[in-house]
This record gives sequence, structure tokens and C-alpha cells, in this order.
Amino acid sequence: MADQNQEGRPPLVEMRHISVSFGGIRAVDDVSVDLYPGEVVGLVGHNAAGKSTLIKVLSGAYHADSGEIWIDGKPAPIHNARDARDCNIETIYQTLALADNLDACANLFLGRELVQSGGLLDEAAMEDATRRVMKRLNPNFVKFHSPVSVLSGGQRQSVAIARAVHFNARILIMDEPTAALGVQEARGVHELIRQLRKEGLGIFLISHDLHDVFDLSDRISVMKNGKLVGTVRTANVTKDDVLGMIILGKMPAEPPAKH
Amino acid sequence: MNSIRSLFSRLEIDERLLGMLFSLVVIWVGFHIASDGKFITPRNLYNLGNQTASVAVMAIGMVLVIIVRHIDLSVGSMLGVTAMVMGVIQAFWLPPLFGFSHPMIWIVTVVAGIAIGATLGGLNGYIIGYLGVPSFVVTLGGLLIWRGCAWWVTYGQTVAPLDQTFMLLGGGVYGTLRETGSWIAAAIAVVVIGYAAQRRRRQRIRFGFPVRPVWAEGVVVGTTCLLVLAFAATMNAYEMPEVAAKRLAESNGWTIPEGGMHLSEGISIPVLIVAVLAVAGSILLNNMRFGRYVFAMGGNPEAANLAGIDIRRMTFWVFVLMGALSGVAAVIASARLQSAGNSIGTNDELKTIAAVVIGGASLAGGSGTISGAIIGAIVIQSLQSGMSLLGFDASLQNIVTGLVLVLAVYIDQLYQRRRKL
Repeated sequence: MADQNQEGRPPLVEMRHISVSFGGIRAVDDVSVDLYPGEVVGLVGHNAAGKSTLIKVLSGAYHADSGEIWIDGKPAPIHNARDARDCNIETIYQTLALADNLDACANLFLGRELVQSGGLLDEAAMEDATRRVMKRLNPNFVKFHSPVSVLSGGQRQSVAIARAVHFNARILIMDEPTAALGVQEARGVHELIRQLRKEGLGIFLISHDLHDVFDLSDRISVMKNGKLVGTVRTANVTKDDVLGMIILGKMPAEPPAKH
Repeated sequence: MNSIRSLFSRLEIDERLLGMLFSLVVIWVGFHIASDGKFITPRNLYNLGNQTASVAVMAIGMVLVIIVRHIDLSVGSMLGVTAMVMGVIQAFWLPPLFGFSHPMIWIVTVVAGIAIGATLGGLNGYIIGYLGVPSFVVTLGGLLIWRGCAWWVTYGQTVAPLDQTFMLLGGGVYGTLRETGSWIAAAIAVVVIGYAAQRRRRQRIRFGFPVRPVWAEGVVVGTTCLLVLAFAATMNAYEMPEVAAKRLAESNGWTIPEGGMHLSEGISIPVLIVAVLAVAGSILLNNMRFGRYVFAMGGNPEAANLAGIDIRRMTFWVFVLMGALSGVAAVIASARLQSAGNSIGTNDELKTIAAVVIGGASLAGGSGTISGAIIGAIVIQSLQSGMSLLGFDASLQNIVTGLVLVLAVYIDQLYQRRRKL
């Protein structure tokens, strides 16, 4: 996987020199990361290291003060969530971003409802699509007409993931995808991430769980205090190396192979 | 109890709505017995419909406002100032232009009224949505401001008489569909109900989803249609006072039959307006993107924002709609009173909010139905009319209405909590 990326293909996503400030505090300070098709890049760091802020710039929720986003080797102007979606970027937020009072179908299509001529919602077509994608992700799911507030953590998670899968994401951002899940459900999510990577998606994975990150990602980018400490190839480092980067903000003594 | 519940679930009926209807029936029967049979009569129900209409129209908009976690305390005052301006337009400005009772007078007045309401609502929506001032504060200010402005329009003078055609919009003796018109309206409603049910069923069959059994569909659709027809029949059973009927016959050049002039009132125009707006509002809220976004904003504003919904713009339009509907309510209220006085619509914001809350909407946002709000409005007006009929004085009416409001919400919460367990 790693070697393919070096054959001159442009990265799927390049975030170049991104900075974001909130009232004088630099939440993200001149950070550059990239992501290739069929690759999982883990994004790790302490709380308030700036991971979520960086990723929200890519998903269109925040606007960068400076820096550029390139997609497929071309600059991509992302100003809001719709722009990001038009670039096939889908985000699964830690909070899942579900409207609790609406059912699974309504949440899956939120902001992108199917309508018939005359402007009426095509509920049946949306339910059909939801049933199809849920069959793939969570075959036991039956509560298509209940508000998602009554669903279990795993079921809610699968609704949020279904959103990304149904709309054919090419770039997937997952913010703590397994934090709220049981062991069994978390394993399911791991399986899914591997499968999506095989299908050629690029995935940014934000996680506190180094075990998960080592298990799933091809490369790891470490952030501290809004700055990028560095990006390393997972195969070339140990967990202690990465922990050192997170805590001390320094690259490991033996520099990993650059790509 | 369980067998009833399972029957409801097979019929796919909203238990909550049924509960509200049941409470309404209890209230009506109670007043009927207490008043020695004066409450459930065609005449009283006809008047009840006309009295409920303006608050019911505003309740339609208030449902949306409350679902998106806002409140509008200014609707009664917006109604007041809009009614005053409409009074001036139709009584002083337009007659010199078109001549008295020209049809353009009522049309221009109504259009102006709705436009004024929409503008005032838009102002609320702009300050709340774009400037971020809490809706409670903005509309509390509006409550005072627009009531004051209602006085300034004519320096406190009541405007009367209003345009003849305009006054038909408030119901009264002549503002009705009468017998044939009522049956036609009922027939259209029956066709629409049948079409909607059949369309929904066909949609689900298209994708092979389970549909409710044919007998259940038949029971639900049949019962709804029967209720519509029963309503039309009841309204047609209310006979127009003979003096009024004679005058109507004379002005239309009809020959008066030997036994005297007997005409049915039928469904009144304000009730028809409420019905049409309630159906349109329900479609907007339940079957269109706009309504879906309204619910999403109420359920989780953050998620709605991340889904690319423009929350500020949505907030603006929800308040524009609320304002336009208070314009419609101003038409109905002033037409019914046949005059525009600066206190018109006072306290209507409270009645409207109470109607929506009795109708099952949560002030925390995210839930509410238009049908529930309409029933809520009827409940409140039934209490007031019924107590007037029994000779309760106004202070006692307020006490009882307040108690019912709190009790209704308490019972609803108990029910909701039990259902979650």
C-alpha cells in the first residue's frame, strides 16, 4: 500500500499549512497533512491538541484562517459542509451528529433528502435506500421508524456510518468511531474500516486509543498544542515512539523513513 | 386496555392525538350536561368554530416556532397592529380610490395584511436568526412595541364599519359556504383523504414494504371521512336566522317561498381557512424539506448545521411564516368583530402558545403537530365558551383555563414517560 502511494500519484487530500485561531488562541498552527486513496491515516494527540479542529476544516464546519486544501492535486474551495460533501468528503463525528427526534432514514438523508416532483419528500425511496445500506452494515437493524434516541450506541453509530457509505464517500473522516461502543460493536467498526480501505477510500482516523490506531492505520500524524509534531509510517515505529511524540512533542530518535 | 392498545397499533393511529380528541369530547359532553343541552348544538359549534379560528391559524405557525426551540410572544400584538392598519386601509384609503364595496378593497386589504404580518415576522426572524438575540426577548419587546403601535395607527379610535365582503372572512351570519358549498367542500376533503391514503399505500407497495391490512386502512380512512361529513351535516343543520335569510334573498332577488325563508349556514369561511391552512401546514411540516429541517433544528441544531442546513435562514423563514399567519389571523379576528380596535388580539399569544402545548408540542423543541395544536385551540376556546355559557365570570374562566393547561401537560408527560419505559 505504502509503495503504491509513491508512484507519483497525487494525494487524495492535501491540507497545506492550515491555521485556525479562536479569539487569539491558535487551535491549529501551520499544519500540513495528506492522505492517499486506500490509506488510513491516524491522527493522534492529547485533548485540545487541535485534531478535531483540523478535521472540521476539512469537513467544512470551520473555516481556516490560512492554508489550502487540495483534492486530487487541485485546490478545493471548502467553505461549508455542502462544499465538503460535493468533494465526497463524509464525516462521522464523535457526537455522531444525529437529530435524536428523527428516525434512521431521516438522519441518513438529512440535508440531502430525496424529493419527488412537486417537492414532496420521497419517503419510500429513502427508506428503501436506508434498508439496503443498513442490511450491509448492521443486518439486525429493524427500527427504521423509531427516533434514533431510542437506539443503542452501536445502532446509532451504524446510522452515522451508513450516511457515509450510502453517499459513496471517497474521503472519510472518523472522529473517535469506537469510543462509545462495546467490544463486539467496536470490532464491527474495525472490520468496516478495513473493508472501506480495500475499496480505495482514504480515511482520517482520530482516536485516543493507540491500540486501535496501530491496528488500523498506515501512517500516524501526531499533533501537540495545535502544531504537527510529525507524520510517521506505522510499520516503522513502536507505540512508545508515538507516545513520546504525543507527550514530549519530539520525533523519535531514529527518524522514520520519509515518503 | 392492552387489547385496545394493540388494536390502535394495528390501525397505526396516533394514540396521543386520539387521547386529545377524547379529552375534547369529555369537555364538550361535560358542558352539554351542565348547560342542560346547550353546548353540543349546531349553533354553538358554529360559533365555537368562528371564535377558535384566529388563534388556530396562529397556532399552526407557533408549532413550527416551538419545534425550532423558539417562542413568539408578539403574535397577539402583531395581530393587533396589522388589524388596525387593515382597518385604515379598507375604511379610509381604498374607498375613495375604488368606490365603496368594490371587490378590490377586500383583496388589497387582505394581501396588505398578510404582507405586513410577514414583514413584522421577518423583522423578528432577522434579529433572532442573524443577530442572535434570544427569541423570548425579541418577541417580548415586540409584544409591547406592536401593541403600542396599534394605538398610534388611529390614536386609539376604533375603525368601523369595515368592508362588507371583508367581514365575510370572519364568519358571522353571512360568511359561510351554506348548504351546497359545505357539501362540495366536504366532498373535496373526502376525495383528498382517500387519495392521500391510496398514494401512501402505493408508495410503500412499490418498494415491497409492509402496509397495514386493507380492513385497517378502510376503518381509518372511513372514520376520518365520516367525521368530515358529520361536521358538514352539523353545520348545515344550523339554520340562518330568518330575518337574515330574508335580507339575503332580497339582496339577491330570490323569491321567498311560502313557508318563509329557510337557509342553512353551513361551514363558515374562517373554519374553511383554518382547515386549508392546517392541511397545507402539515404537508410543509411533514412531507417537505422545510419541515424536515425544522424538526432537525429542534432535535439537534449542531447536527442540522453539520448536515449543511442554514440555521439562520431557516429561523428567519419560520418567523416570516409565523408573521404571515398572524396577518391571516388579524383578517379573521377583525372581520369577525366587524371593527378594528387597538386592543384586538390582546392575550392571543398566550392562548396560541397554550394551544400548541396542550397539542403535545414540547417547549424544549423537536416535537409537535399541527393537528394537535388545532385541537388544543379548540379545547381552550371550548373551555372559555362553555364557562361563559354557564355564566362563570372572566376571572374564574382564567383560573380554570390555567389549571387545565398545567394538568394537560402533566398528564402528557406522565404518558410519554411511561411509554419510554
